[in-house]
Amino acid sequence: MLLKRLTEASGVSGNEKEVRQIILEEIRGFVDHVSIDRLGNLIAYKEGKKASKKLMITAHMDEVGLMITHIEDSGLLKFIPVGGIDKRILVSKPVLVGKNKVFGVIGAKPIHLQKREEWKKALDLDQLYIDIGVDSKEEAEKLVNVGDYVAFYSKYMEFGDNLVKAKALDNRVGCSLLVELLKEVKDISFYGVFTVMEEVGLIGAGPAAYSVNPDISIILEGTLCYDVPKLDEHLIPTYINKGPAISLMDRTTLFDMDFRKKIVGIAEKNNIPYQYRKTTMGGNDSGKIHTTKEGSITATISVPCRNIHSPTSVMSKKDYENTYKLLKAILSEYEKGEL
Amino acid sequence: MLEVKEFLKILSEGSSISGHEFRLNDIIISTFSDYADHISTDSLGNLIAVKKGKNNSSNIKIMVAAHMDEIGLMVKDIEDNGFIRFTSVGGIDPRTIVGQEVIVHGSEDLFGVIGSKPPHLQEESEVNKAIKIDDMFIDIGYPKELVEKLVKVGDPITINREFKALQGSRFTGKALDDKAGIAALLECIKELSHINHESDVYFVATVQEEVGTRGAFTSTYKINPNIGIAIDVGFGSTPELPKSATIDLGKGPGITIGGNIHPGLREKLVEVAKEYNIPFQIEVSPGPTGTDARAMQITREGVPALCLSIPLRYMHTSVEVVDMKDVKNTAKLLAFFIASITSENLEGLLCY
Repeated sequence: MLLKRLTEASGVSGNEKEVRQIILEEIRGFVDHVSIDRLGNLIAYKEGKKASKKLMITAHMDEVGLMITHIEDSGLLKFIPVGGIDKRILVSKPVLVGKNKVFGVIGAKPIHLQKREEWKKALDLDQLYIDIGVDSKEEAEKLVNVGDYVAFYSKYMEFGDNLVKAKALDNRVGCSLLVELLKEVKDISFYGVFTVMEEVGLIGAGPAAYSVNPDISIILEGTLCYDVPKLDEHLIPTYINKGPAISLMDRTTLFDMDFRKKIVGIAEKNNIPYQYRKTTMGGNDSGKIHTTKEGSITATISVPCRNIHSPTSVMSKKDYENTYKLLKAILSEYEKGEL
Repeated sequence: MLEVKEFLKILSEGSSISGHEFRLNDIIISTFSDYADHISTDSLGNLIAVKKGKNNSSNIKIMVAAHMDEIGLMVKDIEDNGFIRFTSVGGIDPRTIVGQEVIVHGSEDLFGVIGSKPPHLQEESEVNKAIKIDDMFIDIGYPKELVEKLVKVGDPITINREFKALQGSRFTGKALDDKAGIAALLECIKELSHINHESDVYFVATVQEEVGTRGAFTSTYKINPNIGIAIDVGFGSTPELPKSATIDLGKGPGITIGGNIHPGLREKLVEVAKEYNIPFQIEVSPGPTGTDARAMQITREGVPALCLSIPLRYMHTSVEVVDMKDVKNTAKLLAFFIASITSENLEGLLCY
């Protein structure tokens, strides 16, 4: 299964190779042109009928993770986060270190040896390290290097009512949707772009947009979902199972109103459930894309993900399917020249 | 015949929070039955496997205990959107359960995750505070109506964690405290089938250690042993912990010394370790230890007690680490010690 393969692959920002390889294999034969640019962005083009506007659909390939900064004499590994990670979710988790995916764990001081006031404080990054089961720096150096990327170890799992648990749903869910579109859609011209290093500052998207130079773009994302009890409704950014989330505004983009209204209209016409992304926090590749060259129009459509940026992110397969339906409906309007 | 690693994997990945240990009964009973003369349970759920000694005319009984229970969580309430609120059973550091996968043991085993707030929505003041258990929830992905059918208040919850090999002979998983101890018991009973021992040996997988060594009290009372030995885990050294409070992984079992431990027997234990070249470390614990040895010592009119600790890192997290060499050396030392006890030397060893 594609989403399983994509989420179980390691692709921490700057190290997207494994994910890019899977995508390349998947879309080969289904697209008319593929290139990988100087940063590692994968740019695919699908040739169909001539359209008046150039459409680009993007998804970032990278995920948040860690990077080894130091190997202690004890053989324990120190690290820093890559991308936005709540340090509190790191404790007591398994990880995979480096190219060889050396298995390790992030432990914590036993509760028995803590002072009562310690419990109230989050464990700081300088208190955490990865243990791969060796006792010396020499042994560790045979297996890992400073600069190695570290990904969470978390298997793709389906549970509950059509839910999925995995790491890196942000944004392998976008990658999976875009791969499926590239494989299924026929006779429509558009660019499918898989970007690098979104999580460390939207790095890949600018150069990719520069070379594609689109008129309109749709950014596919896994976005924050925090539909917890006892929280005022207006503070809930998105809900699980209420359909694709359409962005209004975030820290990087004020999304084009007309384009957004067209998308909402398409969803309503086709009876596809949708919701607005009701937070202005966070941002995505659109921030770079809509300001590249002379500027262009963008929209973001996301699958809501609970526990985003953690090894146990959760999404709904129903939301995935409805997002895919909406994308196909948008493409068919685009084909008619209605976008 | 089960390899000790496979046995430990099944135990570690199984679920047995205090008071709900019965889920491990089948695997423990079937594995020990290859070596034991008799296996029974008591009303609290302790499993007792007896291996008879040879020519045990003075009816010496040695009890060896490792606890089969683990720390965990318990269902407290179900929210309107189907999320589950929970409390802890045993010493859980709430900071170690954020973002974990769990199994809710309802009318069926249900996968779930303990949620976390997206970093994007956090305020600066939040990030340095530990999240309280009362503010956490478990998402099993069903609406309330269905959750209420499948899950009842009081159902146990365990962390979902694979038992995995690290480098060398190290392994990681949850609840190796004290399932590594049960694995050592298995190695010991295997060992004893090759060596002569006079004493009847009672291997006990105790219940409810994590909530107050309760299973050890009742099983010790029932067995009424001459010697009681607890096999538990000891704090494995890591750089942030004081050397004085820890023992090193890979350097053999910790032999506890202190008021909970019978001095004569402890000296004999050290002597046996030296005689057979089994590595060991000394673990100092002046008062009652946090192990079944504390219960054994004060049961009935008192039982001379010993405690062997398998060094274990990150105790009470779900990524505990042990070295299999230590498990094997613990078993070996235990077996040779048991074999060294005879009707001729026992009285002398117990004499103050």
